[in-house]
Amino acid sequence: MPTALYRFLLSLVLLLPVIAHAGDASDFAAASSSQQAALLERWSAEPDAARLPLLEALQQGRVAADSNKAAFIETDGVYQPADGTAAAAEAPRKLRLNNRLRGLIATAVASHQLLAEDPALRLAAAQQLQKSAKPEQLALLNARVAAEEDDGVRDALSLALANLQLVDNDPAVRLAAVRLLGETGDPLARTRLESLLDPGVESDATVRTAAETSLAQVKRKLLIGELLGQAFSGLSLGSILLLAALGLAITFGLLGVINMAHGEMLMLGAYSTYMVQVLFQRFAPEALALYPLVALPVAFFVTAAIGMALERTVIRHLYGRPLETLLATWGISLILIQLVRVLFGAQNVEVANPYWLSGGIQVLPNLVLPYNRIVIIGFALFVVVLTWLLLNKTRLGLNVRAVTQNRNMAACCGVPTGRVDMLAFGLGSGIAGLGGVALSQIGNVGPDLGQSYIIDSFLVVVLGGVGQLAGSVMAAFGLGIANKILEPQIGAVLGKILILALIILFIQKRPQGLFALKGRVID
Amino acid sequence: MKRRPFLKSTLAASALLLSGLFPYTLHAAETIKVGVLHSLSGTMAISETSLKDMALMTIDEINAKGGVLGKQLEAVVVDPASNWPLFAERGRQLLTQDKVAVTFGCWTSVSRKSVLPVYEELNGLLFYPVQYEGEEMSPNVFYTGAAPNQQAIPAVEYLMSEDGGAAKRYFLLGTDYVYPRTTNKILRAFLISKGVAEKDIEEVYTPFGHSDYQTIVANIKKFSAGGKTAVISTVNGDSNVPFYKELANQGIEATDIPVVAFSVGEEELRGIDTKPLVGQLAAWNYFQSVENPVNTKFVADWKAYAKAKNLPNADTVVTNDPMEATYVGIHMWAQAVEKAGTTDVDKVREAMYGQTFAAPSGYTLTMDKSNHHLHKPVMIGEVQEDGQFEVVWETSSPVRAQPWSPYIEGNDKKPDYAVKSN
Repeated sequence: MPTALYRFLLSLVLLLPVIAHAGDASDFAAASSSQQAALLERWSAEPDAARLPLLEALQQGRVAADSNKAAFIETDGVYQPADGTAAAAEAPRKLRLNNRLRGLIATAVASHQLLAEDPALRLAAAQQLQKSAKPEQLALLNARVAAEEDDGVRDALSLALANLQLVDNDPAVRLAAVRLLGETGDPLARTRLESLLDPGVESDATVRTAAETSLAQVKRKLLIGELLGQAFSGLSLGSILLLAALGLAITFGLLGVINMAHGEMLMLGAYSTYMVQVLFQRFAPEALALYPLVALPVAFFVTAAIGMALERTVIRHLYGRPLETLLATWGISLILIQLVRVLFGAQNVEVANPYWLSGGIQVLPNLVLPYNRIVIIGFALFVVVLTWLLLNKTRLGLNVRAVTQNRNMAACCGVPTGRVDMLAFGLGSGIAGLGGVALSQIGNVGPDLGQSYIIDSFLVVVLGGVGQLAGSVMAAFGLGIANKILEPQIGAVLGKILILALIILFIQKRPQGLFALKGRVID
Repeated sequence: MKRRPFLKSTLAASALLLSGLFPYTLHAAETIKVGVLHSLSGTMAISETSLKDMALMTIDEINAKGGVLGKQLEAVVVDPASNWPLFAERGRQLLTQDKVAVTFGCWTSVSRKSVLPVYEELNGLLFYPVQYEGEEMSPNVFYTGAAPNQQAIPAVEYLMSEDGGAAKRYFLLGTDYVYPRTTNKILRAFLISKGVAEKDIEEVYTPFGHSDYQTIVANIKKFSAGGKTAVISTVNGDSNVPFYKELANQGIEATDIPVVAFSVGEEELRGIDTKPLVGQLAAWNYFQSVENPVNTKFVADWKAYAKAKNLPNADTVVTNDPMEATYVGIHMWAQAVEKAGTTDVDKVREAMYGQTFAAPSGYTLTMDKSNHHLHKPVMIGEVQEDGQFEVVWETSSPVRAQPWSPYIEGNDKKPDYAVKSN
């Protein structure tokens, strides 16, 4: 069947010049995939403004063909003949593209957009061509550099041109190109320059020396990007660990409850986000992008309420009995997991990033900072500040601190210790819920979500020093950065093991953690 | 209050009616017991639960057509809870207490390795429905998933071809356990045999459930600056979501660096926002989107079954490759039992050789005459926005499995028929 189809297509293509020039779109629709690639390459070298709508339609996957291989472009569900030919006999089928063709289409669109009115479009096009320009486009780029009026676009174009000029016949042109490339921090320039160091490739000694200098420049810029990238990913991992652990820093750190159900509070926060998203999809699809903001209070109150209910019904009966608390909260965590599994199914649920949390900002050629991670770092700091204010600037916070330092004395002074316990546990759970909202934006939302964070959370709290918020913050960022420094050197698996070993050694030396409460503390 | 007596009387009446119509089905021990050994809780529940349901659906389907050898099949479902040693225990229970004629089950290679000694010792029969790393051929197991040459190697050949982007450098990324390690060992040997230099192959592993892919994606980017790169992912299960999200957020598109995955199918994409994945590739032997009458019926039956049994999220259920392999396996076993005229393991094994079945993949699959593996077609699919795959390349005919990959040293001396491992 495929060979028959191929023969059919081949015969069509062979017939094409005989029949007539049917138009670009139909040429494309009738060609085989390698002929389509050749067509696209030709079009990239000789842009024609009239062809742009077709290329854009191709890029958006809107081009279809009927059985006669006449091409149609779909706009809002209606198929229009692309080359002014007659309407289709039957419903046309969308053209099948593969990744290679998509890449060539992007290049072709870019070379057509070099002729666009809008300088921003031309700039984007020039940047695309820096990555993917083909030698056939040399003449085109030369012409555009000469004609370009906007300085920024011309610079970008010159770079795209320089990539092609590295194999120019004239050593002077090559030399200029090599020097120009040295001023970029483009990772691709590095490979291109490296290949020139070989005397077999580059015969001219001056160009080779220039390439060496340029290469050193490029490498320095790349190194800066890499270091910044590592620092950022360390901060980002730290902020995630912090959000996961902050709730536990209250329930375990302050209240002393070995709370194995903490992970499930994260999970419930994430599922609250999912529910809010579903409600938005159903009732307010136009405001869908705002759902994470609404999910924050919802998740906080849902998890806080569940936390308080747990405290009142189970945990308060177990104060002072850490082993039983451990087992009871572990049991609760299993119950919550299975409950969610029954209600929502064992499958992960889909929590989509809104547009303002998708993509990233290109800071350097080899450094992209994803928006969701930037937002989560900011959010983690916001939650820390909020928690700190709650604990240090409010009556509730004062009571919590009093109860954790000396329960009996606080009770004597008239602090309602039972209620404070409940509220503090609720606060810890609620903050875990907020963490869950953030986690839903970077990972999976499934019944087992909490299980993968519980160990890390305990590590952070224990390392930071039980009972200290500042300790947890330091420990989270410290672990995040240490992890990201080790990972590229020894791999993710060994890195994790080494971190664990280091923490164990550290706890041997300093059982009280990084920060310890000074002075007299009960037990 | 009124409903119960009514229910009871209807049940009694229908039982009477049935016993009149089918006098044989009600005789005690006149059913054939069939074991279903899939994790219904724990980390693997996400993947294995649907295989259990698919097995039950297939058994219902066979029963509705009159069962096997005139007897109804009776499913015995046990839950090994994603706990590898428990697989062996539950397997032993199925064979010695429930005396099942055959077992359909396991997903991870480590669970299969755990039950294998039990099935060899007690001469049981296991049908294993998942693509795996090969390096095994037990007379007590029929493998209905793909061996490496039926999935991994064709996928890499596609990436090397013009249409696949003519990749020159390969980034092998996997979860750290036996399947990715062995597959990558085979792929590395294969790539080197195709003239790819050592420095153009990078192998990276992450722990189970890894969720922070920042460093790895940054490394992929750095690696790709050295030439056209493709990523071959054997990342398992959940970790795929953060991996693909990170790729998209760092601005890597399928046109720049294609990622071909061996463990991402329709079921895994259900829990994912698929926008960032569009254009990424997966290699399997079946996709829900393949168009043929057998598959149309298979998908419709499955959707109807999910609704009727009220499975969670019944309106969005999908079929995938291991489900198809389960379906094919159960039907082939039923055919083999009919041919052998008995459920005796040794006779059924003989009858399985050369058994054929018109599968939902659109091909008539054959059980090999000696190596216990199916001949399967290989398909490469591209992820679409709706979480389905569109086939961009497929083999022209089913491929015979090579469980002992020629790319691993010493395998050329292994026999091409099944022998017990000890």
